[in-house]
Amino acid sequence: MAILEVKDLSFSYPDKSILHRISFSINRGDFLCVVGTNGTGKSTLLKLILNRLRPTEGSIRLFGTDSSQFRSFSKIAYVSQKATSFNKDFPATVEEIVSLGLYSQKGLFKRYNAEDKEKVYNALDRVGMAGYARNKIGNLSGGQQQRVFIAKALAASPDIIFLDEPTVGIDIKAVDSICCLLGELNAGGITIVMVTHDISSVIYHSNKVLILSEDGSGELLSSQEFTSRSFVNLHHHHH
Amino acid sequence: MEIFTLAFMQRAMAVALFISVITPLIGNIIVLKRLSTIGDALSHAGLAGVTIGLCLSLSPVITAIIFSVLSALTIEYIRRSFPNYSEMATAVVLSFAVGVAAVASGFVKSSAGFNSFLFGSVVAISNFELVTVIVLSIAVIAIMLLLYRELFYIAFDEEGAYLSGVPVRSINLVFTILTAIVVSIAARTVGSLVISSLMIIPVACAMLISKSYLHNTVLSVVFAVIFTLAGLILTAFYDLKPGGTIVLIGICTLVVILIVRKR
Repeated sequence: MAILEVKDLSFSYPDKSILHRISFSINRGDFLCVVGTNGTGKSTLLKLILNRLRPTEGSIRLFGTDSSQFRSFSKIAYVSQKATSFNKDFPATVEEIVSLGLYSQKGLFKRYNAEDKEKVYNALDRVGMAGYARNKIGNLSGGQQQRVFIAKALAASPDIIFLDEPTVGIDIKAVDSICCLLGELNAGGITIVMVTHDISSVIYHSNKVLILSEDGSGELLSSQEFTSRSFVNLHHHHH
Repeated sequence: MEIFTLAFMQRAMAVALFISVITPLIGNIIVLKRLSTIGDALSHAGLAGVTIGLCLSLSPVITAIIFSVLSALTIEYIRRSFPNYSEMATAVVLSFAVGVAAVASGFVKSSAGFNSFLFGSVVAISNFELVTVIVLSIAVIAIMLLLYRELFYIAFDEEGAYLSGVPVRSINLVFTILTAIVVSIAARTVGSLVISSLMIIPVACAMLISKSYLHNTVLSVVFAVIFTLAGLILTAFYDLKPGGTIVLIGICTLVVILIVRKR
């Protein structure tokens, strides 16, 4: 069953057209990478799916609901480029940040109990950060911070996780281990949609690739098709 | 020590203690959201309200609250018209408030009354004001505790909060109104001109030593209470202005922490 269906989606800013008639769908258990050069609207597509922007034309359905009506916040989780953009002096521990991820499950005014604390520690365990629960978030390395934000996303046991360039500004080794972690989570049944400019480190974990082009069009390929095609492209460049 | 047995001093102490608890609670969010200028704009709006109250012989605390809440709503409104230049909204409201305060102050009969709201005063807090401050303070503390996690989430990551289902816009509105109320009632003891520093300095001190958000919140309240008590005691003995004294004690503490931490 398709859990995300995008149909004839177009989006333009008053002075510039970004996405033009994009259609694709992904099923439970897919790992989709969204790639494209700067300005092709990768992050815009994510914002549209998450209802932070309204499409100019077309429709987006998340779990069968139009994205503007979607309210089952605990089914989805979002990891931003936060690791490189948040204020290092923000006074909060890893545990406090990950517990925010439970909000979508708990809702307004709810107190947190021992069971919730266990969920937080389980999530930290899955990303290998349980030993850092009491550390101040700003004192960790970029890679460690991004693991914590992935744990925050995992806390409420979502069905799908959206990631916007999660590896920007993180050193190569950490990038590889984060991509492996995402692969493991996907193997465990979580659907993943990841915007990235660095496809090489994640291609072996993904099964679908959406290529956004400068003209605003989008093309969905399987990861195998993508690798064989880029091999051909590479070959052409050499001659 | 017998000065603390006097009724007016006890009232001043009670009011100051409540204010020193609610000010850093609001200040924490203001600092973490990088909205420090809003505290400034709203405290000037409070001052304009005070001046109008003194002119019309109404309770200055009440007129300050009304004027400050209206200004808070105006800031939110202007902000939506200029989403990319939100600091302009605070500047417009601040200028307007200073203008109103300056013009209206010409009609205030006792300049001593006006002065006491500029730099704070411990004398002549009426029973009505005492009750107003206590009731509003308890309400502010209750709401801040109720919205603890929501405000923490919004301060850390507004986008993420929205995507987790936090009603971000409503909570931001409630918070702005609370800020307006706090700066208005705090104007009585610490004064309009220094209230925004009392919001910021205890939080700055706490941020230098705290590891967690909870720790930071509690610690900033502890600092504010200590600064306020110490300030009032010095004020009573040396006949100083309470607002200025409290802020200077806070600044000295901040400097000491900065130096000790550097070692």
